[in-house]
Amino acid sequence: MSATPPPPAPIASRPRYARLQTRRCGAALMVADKSGAAALLALADDAPELMSKASVVLCDAAEHAPALQARGAARLLQTSSTAGLSPAIATLLGDARMGLQVFLAGAEGLIAQVQSQLLSAGVPLGAIQAEHRGTAARRMQCVHCKTVAEDVTVDPYICPGCGRSLYVRDHFSRRVGAFQGVCIDAETPGEVPESVEIRI
Amino acid sequence: MQTLKLTRKEPLSPRITRFRFEHPEGAPLPVFSGGAHVMVEMQDGPVLRRNAYSLISDPLDCSGYEIAVQREDHGRGGSLFMHRDAQPGMLMQIGPAVNLFSLNLAARKHLLIAGGVGITPFLAQLPELARLGAAYELHYAVRARDELAALPMLPDTTRLHVSGEGSRMDLDAILSAQPLGTHLYVCGSARMIETVLDTAAALGWPGDTLHAEEFLAPAPGEPFEVACARSNRTLTVGPHQSMLEALEAAGIDAPWLCRGGACGQCETDVLSCDGTIDHHDHWLEPEERKRKIMPCVSRFRGRLLTIDR
Amino acid sequence: MIMQFNKETFRGDYSYCNSPAAIRRFPFPFDRDEYMYSVNMEPHKGGPDGSVFQARFDVDEHYVAEMEDRAITLMRDPGRCQSLPHMTLAGWDLLELIMTSKAEDYPEHFELHRDGDRWRWINRPLGIDETFTFLDESTLPYGPMEYITRQTQGDFAVLDQREGNLWMDAGMVTSQADWSLDFDIGMNFFEWHAPVPRAAEMGIFQRALKFLLNVRQDTPARRLNWTMTVNPRLDTSPETYPEWGPEKRSLTPENLGQKQYLRVELQSFWRLPRSNGLAFPIRCYLISLQDLVTVPKWGRRFHRVLRDLPEDLATYKGFLVNRPMIVDYLSRFDDGAPTSPGIYPD
Repeated sequence: MSATPPPPAPIASRPRYARLQTRRCGAALMVADKSGAAALLALADDAPELMSKASVVLCDAAEHAPALQARGAARLLQTSSTAGLSPAIATLLGDARMGLQVFLAGAEGLIAQVQSQLLSAGVPLGAIQAEHRGTAARRMQCVHCKTVAEDVTVDPYICPGCGRSLYVRDHFSRRVGAFQGVCIDAETPGEVPESVEIRI
Repeated sequence: MQTLKLTRKEPLSPRITRFRFEHPEGAPLPVFSGGAHVMVEMQDGPVLRRNAYSLISDPLDCSGYEIAVQREDHGRGGSLFMHRDAQPGMLMQIGPAVNLFSLNLAARKHLLIAGGVGITPFLAQLPELARLGAAYELHYAVRARDELAALPMLPDTTRLHVSGEGSRMDLDAILSAQPLGTHLYVCGSARMIETVLDTAAALGWPGDTLHAEEFLAPAPGEPFEVACARSNRTLTVGPHQSMLEALEAAGIDAPWLCRGGACGQCETDVLSCDGTIDHHDHWLEPEERKRKIMPCVSRFRGRLLTIDR
Repeated sequence: MIMQFNKETFRGDYSYCNSPAAIRRFPFPFDRDEYMYSVNMEPHKGGPDGSVFQARFDVDEHYVAEMEDRAITLMRDPGRCQSLPHMTLAGWDLLELIMTSKAEDYPEHFELHRDGDRWRWINRPLGIDETFTFLDESTLPYGPMEYITRQTQGDFAVLDQREGNLWMDAGMVTSQADWSLDFDIGMNFFEWHAPVPRAAEMGIFQRALKFLLNVRQDTPARRLNWTMTVNPRLDTSPETYPEWGPEKRSLTPENLGQKQYLRVELQSFWRLPRSNGLAFPIRCYLISLQDLVTVPKWGRRFHRVLRDLPEDLATYKGFLVNRPMIVDYLSRFDDGAPTSPGIYPD
C-alpha cells in the first residue's frame, strides 16, 4: 500500500473543514445548527437529488426547518440543544448501511461531538464531511481532570472541573471530540496571562 | 530469503496447483498474518525469476507455507516453471512473508470478493477471521465449477457465482446491504477489481473502506536503454524484463521488496530523462514522478534514461 | 552476568543514581557538534558489547526501580495504559517478542518455557513465575500488552497498520516527554506528531512513515531522540504537569549540574507478525549534567549543541527558560578542542 500524503499546515491534528460537496451515496445524513443550516441549503441547491435520500437533523435551528422541508428532505428531526443530538442520531443510525454519506455543518463543538458518535457507531471517517460555520468556540478537554467544556471562547479558560487555568491547544482528538487544554501556570503558579478571544 | 524444501505439489483444479514448503530440518517457520505473500525464486535455466504468491495456509501453522499457482501459458514464465519444473524434494529460495493486504482489525464486518485465483489471500484469512470471531461474507466468482474441485475447505457460507452457469454477482445488491463499519476486500483480475471498486464508490463507500490486491506483473514493452550513473554502466532492458531485473542481471545493487510497485523499497532517483517514463506503480506521489522511478514495474520510452544506481 | 539492581526513586526524594558503568554506556545521542531532525534510522541488530544497543530490549541497573515507579503511576492514573479492542492480538505478538528476546538475551534473569500454547515465564528480578495459555486472555492477570510492559523498561506505543498509515491504538506510557496517551490514542502518525515544530515541513514524517510501513519481522530498526528534564523524573506527562512543572523553575547555577538531566530515548520498531502491527518501544535513559561532563567529549559537544539550537526546538525539548544557565554551566567544560565523530566516548 502506498503511504498517505501528509496534510498541509496548520498542525496535522487540527481538524480540516471544507465546503460541503455532493457525493454519490445510498443515503445521506445531514446535521446542522443555526449557523450551519445555510450550508445544508447551499448543498441542497447544488444537488437537489441528494435531499430525497437525506435524513436531516437540525439543532436549535427550527427557523430553517421549512426551507429544508421544501427542498425535499426525506426525514427531518429537530433538537433544541446539542444534548438532544445524540439520541436523535442514534435512532437514525439504527437502520443505516454502508453507502451512507454524512454532511455536518456548524460550530466546531457540534461537529466534534457528532463525529465522535458517528465514528464509534462504525461510520468510516472517509464518509464524513464537515463545514465549519459560525463561532470560533471550541469543545475543550482538560488534560489534568479530563473534564470536557463546551463552547470555550477564550484562551486561557478556567476548567469547570478542576478550576485550573488552561491554555487552548490546536491539538485535537477525534475520539474525544475536543481540543486539548493544558495548565498555563504550572511552572509559575498564579501567573496567568489575560484571556484573549479565540479566533478561527 | 530462506531455503525451504518443496514437499508437496497437487492440482486443486485444471489450472491451479498447490505447493507446500517446509523447513529442510523441520524447524518451525515464522508465523504471519492472513493476506501476506512471499517471493518465490525460480532458476529457470539462465533466467532468475522472482514471483510473489499469496500464502494460503493458516498463518499460525508453523509447520509449512503453502501457495497456489495458476498456470499462465502466455505469462512471463514463472507459473510455467512452477507447474512443469518444480518438483517435491527441490530446495527453493523463499522470501519472508510481507503483508500488503491485511484485514482491517477494527472493521465490524469483512466483505471478501474473490475472482478465480484471487481467492488465495482470503484462504489464509479465513482461519484468522474464525479465531477473531469476526463477521464476514465471502463471495467467490469462477468461470466453471471445476475450478473449485479440490480447493481447501471453503465455508458453507461462501456465496459461489459460476459465470459459466449464468450466475453473476449482483454487486449492487451485495454492496447495498452491508452494516456500518464493513470493509471490502477484492482480489482478482484487474477488470474485476475495477468493476467492484467503481460500483462501491458509486454506492457511496468511501476509499478508506476499500482494499484491493492485484499483483502487478511488470508490463512488457519495447526494449530501452538506461544509464546507471553510479555504476558507470548503460544497460538495455529487454521487452519481457523489468528494469529491476536488468539491474540485478548486471550485478548492480538495487533494494527491492514487493516487486509489484506497491512498497516503495526500490525507489530510485532519476538524474536525467530524454524521453518519457511510464509509471506503473502505486507508490510515488504525483510531484515525485518527474524525478523518481520504481524500477520493479515502470518503463521508459525515448533516447536515454539516467538513474542514480 | 547477574546484574545488581538499584533501590532508587524517580519522584519525591529523587534518589536515582547512575553507576560509573551506567554513565559510560549512556546513549549520548549527538554524533556531531550540532543538532537537527533527521530520519536517523538504523537496523536494530546488536551493538558493541555492553552497550545499550546490544540486546533487543536493554535491561540495566534501573530495571526494578523503573517498574516500581510505573506501578505507582498506573495506580494513580490507569489511563496511562490503554488498548483499543482490536489490538489484543498485537498485544500477544508483543508479549511473545519481549519474552523470547529477554529469555535469550538475559538467561540469568528471564526464562521462557513453551509447551504448545502452555507457557511458563520466569522473571527473577521481579519475582514472577507465571504459567498461562498463549492467546487466552483469561489466563493472565492483565491484557497481554499491559502484562508484559509492566515488566519491561520504556514506554510502548503499539501501532495498527492500515490505510497506508500507522495508528496509535494501544500503549503503555508512563515515562513520556509530555504527551498524553489518553488524548492521542486513535490518532495516526501525522496527527500524534503534530505538535513537533518544523519536522512536518521538512518532510521528515513522510519519509519516516514510508520506512516504517515496510519494516519486516526480520528487519527491526532503531533511532535516538532526546529531551531535557529537571530531576530524574519519569512521569513527565501533561496530566501531572502541575506536579513537575514548578520543578523546572527550581534550577540555580549551584544545583544545575545535579538537577538538570539529559533524557535520551532509544526508540525501536518491530513488525508484529500475527496482527501485522508495529511495536514502537521508547526506552528512556537519564543522566545528570554533572555525570555527563565526566566524559570530556560529551561535555564539549553538548555545550555546542545546546548553545546553537534554534529557539523553537529548545522550547519543544523543554528547556528554553533555563537555557542560558545550562549553556553557561556547560561552557566550563568546553575548551574549544575538536571532538571525534560518533556518539561513543573516546
